[in-house]
Amino acid sequence: MSSRALDAPDRQDDTASPPVRPPRRNRLRRKENRDGLLMVGPTVVIVVAVVVIPVLWNIVLAFQHLSFLEIRDASPFRPFTLDNFREVLGARGFWASLRTTVVYSIGATLGSIALGLVAALALRDSFRGRGLVRAAMLLPYVAPVVAVTFVWQVLLNPQFGIVNAWGQRYLGWDHPQDFLGTEPNALLTVIAFEIWRYFPFAFMFLIARLQAVPGDVIEAAVVDGATPWQRFRYIILPELASVIALLTVLRLIMTFNKFDDVYLLTGGTAGTEVVAVRVFNYLTGRFDAGSAAAQAVVLSLVMAVFLLIYLKWLARTESEES
Amino acid sequence: MSRHALQERVFGIGRWVVIALLLVVTLFPFLYMVLLSFVPIERLLEDPARLWYPLKDFTTDTYRTVLKPEDEGGQGFTAFIRNSLIVAGLATIITLVVSILGAYAVARLSFFGRRTISALFLSVYLFPVIVLAIPLVILFSKVGLAGSLVGLMLVYVVQTIPISIHMLRNYFRTIPQSVEESAAIDGAGRFQVLTRITLPLAMPSIMSTALFVFMIAWNEFLFALLFLAAKREDWTVSLGLSQLANGVEVPKTVLMAGSVVLTLPIIVLYLAAERWLTEGLTSGADKG
Repeated sequence: MSSRALDAPDRQDDTASPPVRPPRRNRLRRKENRDGLLMVGPTVVIVVAVVVIPVLWNIVLAFQHLSFLEIRDASPFRPFTLDNFREVLGARGFWASLRTTVVYSIGATLGSIALGLVAALALRDSFRGRGLVRAAMLLPYVAPVVAVTFVWQVLLNPQFGIVNAWGQRYLGWDHPQDFLGTEPNALLTVIAFEIWRYFPFAFMFLIARLQAVPGDVIEAAVVDGATPWQRFRYIILPELASVIALLTVLRLIMTFNKFDDVYLLTGGTAGTEVVAVRVFNYLTGRFDAGSAAAQAVVLSLVMAVFLLIYLKWLARTESEES
Repeated sequence: MSRHALQERVFGIGRWVVIALLLVVTLFPFLYMVLLSFVPIERLLEDPARLWYPLKDFTTDTYRTVLKPEDEGGQGFTAFIRNSLIVAGLATIITLVVSILGAYAVARLSFFGRRTISALFLSVYLFPVIVLAIPLVILFSKVGLAGSLVGLMLVYVVQTIPISIHMLRNYFRTIPQSVEESAAIDGAGRFQVLTRITLPLAMPSIMSTALFVFMIAWNEFLFALLFLAAKREDWTVSLGLSQLANGVEVPKTVLMAGSVVLTLPIIVLYLAAERWLTEGLTSGADKG
């Protein structure tokens, strides 16, 4: 699903068209060009108005003094300053928050892909009721985040949560665990939640790819006496490598930007303040829109660096392969 | 027993253990949600370790309370459901119209800037949503859209257009071009080809895209919080539940009923269309 793969057919079209065209063909092409632009126009207008302009404006805001209360007076023409960046980068909380974000993203990404892989392998061969099991497996991913975070909060509550009640009754805990309110429990719980909610995403992609692995290759390996582990290690895993790489990038980006899961579970307390939540807290708690915007810019930059490293790596491995 | 046979045994049994564990882990929170939604809060507080309650304890008062309007002593979820339906429904319709046109153009027509546009759409997902939040709140409060369901709907349209163009375009490409060409030779215009030929053929994909968009809009939380938190009568179900869950006034089991109300429509829609949905999302992934 890499963008290059998607673009490949376009390139063929371009090279296939002859350089000199008869006039009628030319007119048709011009009409096609006009129709294309017309049809894609609404999308472009909406995306530019509600994404491109806001992103640019956010960058401008990061260089201006602006409190949340004067938001109606905001204009791109206020005086510029570097104060926001000085304040944001100088605050100890920011670096701690960035570290939390990295730990959270990596933990959740690796965990959800690993669990998704286990689930895909377990469900690869068909059995009666597989369709149902498969559908059930995707529930955490499709269910509303507000509802599932609420259920988790109730399950883990120190006073009336069933997890603590069982832990004390059957596992001999001498006192209830505060899963969401103390360090480092809270961060671990938030990561566990993220793994629970997003392993279905990895599962969905991995099982689609797994079912495309030709059966005779695996049968041949069985005949040759390969153990299940060897079949996994030398046949299945290499087939899945490209999907796993794609999933890693997708999940890393999405988790890195994630706001609602952490905000709803802990509000960013007890060592779980990821940057996205911190931006929100600056905006609505401290009413400091300028500094909030500056942090959002830093967050995007960090992500851009990750992405560049990945693209570099991708380009290198592909050129080695060819 | 040889190492080989031992491994076969371990993996064979392990597979069922894994499936059972995964089922418990994914389903338990949902089953527990449904269970608690029918129980008075006192029963839960008496003994939190219970997995089942005597039948006489079950009640539907939780649902009555959560759905009743606020001035009748309820939590007003009926109004929240209406808001969510309006926002998610309109967002779905607008997104579909806009992205069917866009996806068709990208899949079939060659026009100036076609490749740049794919990159533009992709970029929507690269920016942290929170980056958009601050300027959008400013922008919308300037034009009077902040605190309105219309503003919220617009944001949902933008957030879902890229993925729906991606899903639709992949499907459009699987429809043989020759079908459309023969219609064109018979004298159908571009628009007629699209509405008479392509759209009916692409119905499965359109349905799954619609479902996905509806789900995203129904489940969304951040922008609902930023735009609507101050006006209770405009709350969506997601926002309403999260706002009430923060407080201590509303009993947790009543909120569990609220969670069921929030989750049920999504699960019903999802079960109705699970096949289409996973195929639409992962199409292309099996090509490596």
